[in-house]
Amino acid sequence: MKINTELPNNTKVTSQSKTRLKTESVNLYYGEFQALRDISLDIPERAITAIIGPSGCGKSSFLRLFNRMNDLITGARVEGKVELDGIPIYDSTIDVVELRKRVGMVFQKPNPFPMSVFENVAFGPRRHGRKNHVELEDIVEKSLRQAALWDEVEDKLEQSALALSGGQQQRLCIARVLAVEPEVILMDEPCSALDPIATLRIEDLMRSLSDNYTIVIVTHNMQQAARVSDMAAFLMMEEDRAGILVEYGPTTELFTNPKDKRTEDYITGRFG
Amino acid sequence: MRAGAVSKRQFSQRTAFSLLIIATIIVVLPVLAIVIQIIIGGADAINWEFLTEAPSQAGKAGGILPAIVGTFYLMLGTIVFALPLGVMAGIYLTEYARDNWFTRVINLAIVNLAGVPSIVYGLFGLGVFVLLFHFGMSLLSASLTLACQALAMTVTTSREAILAVPREYREGSLAVGATKLQTIRHVVLPQALPGIITGAVLAMSRAAGETAPILVVGAAFLLPGLPQSPFDQFMALPYHLYTVAAHVPGMPKSTMWGVALVLLVVVLLFNILATIIRLRTRQRRLNA
Repeated sequence: MKINTELPNNTKVTSQSKTRLKTESVNLYYGEFQALRDISLDIPERAITAIIGPSGCGKSSFLRLFNRMNDLITGARVEGKVELDGIPIYDSTIDVVELRKRVGMVFQKPNPFPMSVFENVAFGPRRHGRKNHVELEDIVEKSLRQAALWDEVEDKLEQSALALSGGQQQRLCIARVLAVEPEVILMDEPCSALDPIATLRIEDLMRSLSDNYTIVIVTHNMQQAARVSDMAAFLMMEEDRAGILVEYGPTTELFTNPKDKRTEDYITGRFG
Repeated sequence: MRAGAVSKRQFSQRTAFSLLIIATIIVVLPVLAIVIQIIIGGADAINWEFLTEAPSQAGKAGGILPAIVGTFYLMLGTIVFALPLGVMAGIYLTEYARDNWFTRVINLAIVNLAGVPSIVYGLFGLGVFVLLFHFGMSLLSASLTLACQALAMTVTTSREAILAVPREYREGSLAVGATKLQTIRHVVLPQALPGIITGAVLAMSRAAGETAPILVVGAAFLLPGLPQSPFDQFMALPYHLYTVAAHVPGMPKSTMWGVALVLLVVVLLFNILATIIRLRTRQRRLNA
């Protein structure tokens, strides 16, 4: 299989780009099982970083390090440094709720709450104490516009979010995250449940959001990684199924001139 | 393949089928017989006076209003205590409890709570609520006693309903920085509510039918009026049925069946209500 895509030719990442997220020698364990081994990675701000790799290599686990979603799993344990703007987020003084406000997450399967469109977007702000209805209306409209969904749901705000199409639901979930004004948006295979047209809309949206947000996306879809991301990291698993970082660099380079043989094999479809 | 062999196999097919359908009919026959008997026997007794007046002549005349009202008070009292406790325990067990020996002991206790014979609850209520807490033979003691019994059901149904809420909803809520408590309050509980209510309604209908426990903690043989406070004694339909059937000589048959009919209708109404709530929830899930 040959990757035939237009690569983003003028990547936004320069040597001056600030690092927003950083991992250093990170090991992640679920009980006895080691899911990630010795991963060190600097993720630049206001750009899209794609995490690619075969199934089960720990891409999602890696993504979930940054909003501490792995905490929900009993027996999960993190070693090494994970930093947001230089602050170690696994420090015992860190307020996880505050962290998740700054680092939002969009999931594989669109998961709007069974509430109205409006209440879905207002959910986060409400939980953070915004009560004024006029203020909430502003936030909801702004977030839906940012998520390129406003025109489609403007007159359906009071309808159930579950009545929207899959692609609309996913954009609604993005709006729900945007409403709490995060700095980072983590996306865990956000298009895997969507049709190609809905996928392209989300990709466009990601491109435009990356002007203001740091986006990290896990994807199975190599073309997608090539299309949207500025930076790309290739993960794969070792003999004991622990995920390791094989190669990390600007997307254009990783896809056109991979340094590691394993990366080349993977992106040309020889395994995975 | 010979024709004879086929018909032999068909014969055994048909025999098995007939046996199964006969067994099924036998299963529903007693239920049908009971319902028909009660309706035929009790229909004559049901009239406005029977439903709205207090009994006279040891229940031989007058109505059964105090027993009807007493039963509703009991159901209400039971659920007032059993539901909040059950829901809170259900939340703790699903959302907070770690899997350790303590949690396992609690789960085991809840399972066994459902298996304790009801008269044992009655004796427990007599010892604790009536005597130790000095609530006396009263509506309050009986409600608390029945609540203890209903807890097994409200905890279990709450737990099941909470567990059935998809993980995606919880994650979506936590991912926008909602706290765990906010997630439970605003996402999990609203979703689990129909299941919780179904369990509560079933627990109430069970409480309506219990006879043994209330016998020893406050149900009265005959009362001229309605209970005025939680500390009053009360009449209840199942116990009234027991007394008119077993303790009053010369009781008109139709009165006995009439009491049974009213009790049956009350219990069935609540079971139907629970079914409706469950079906409507399932419908909503399918539409979603």
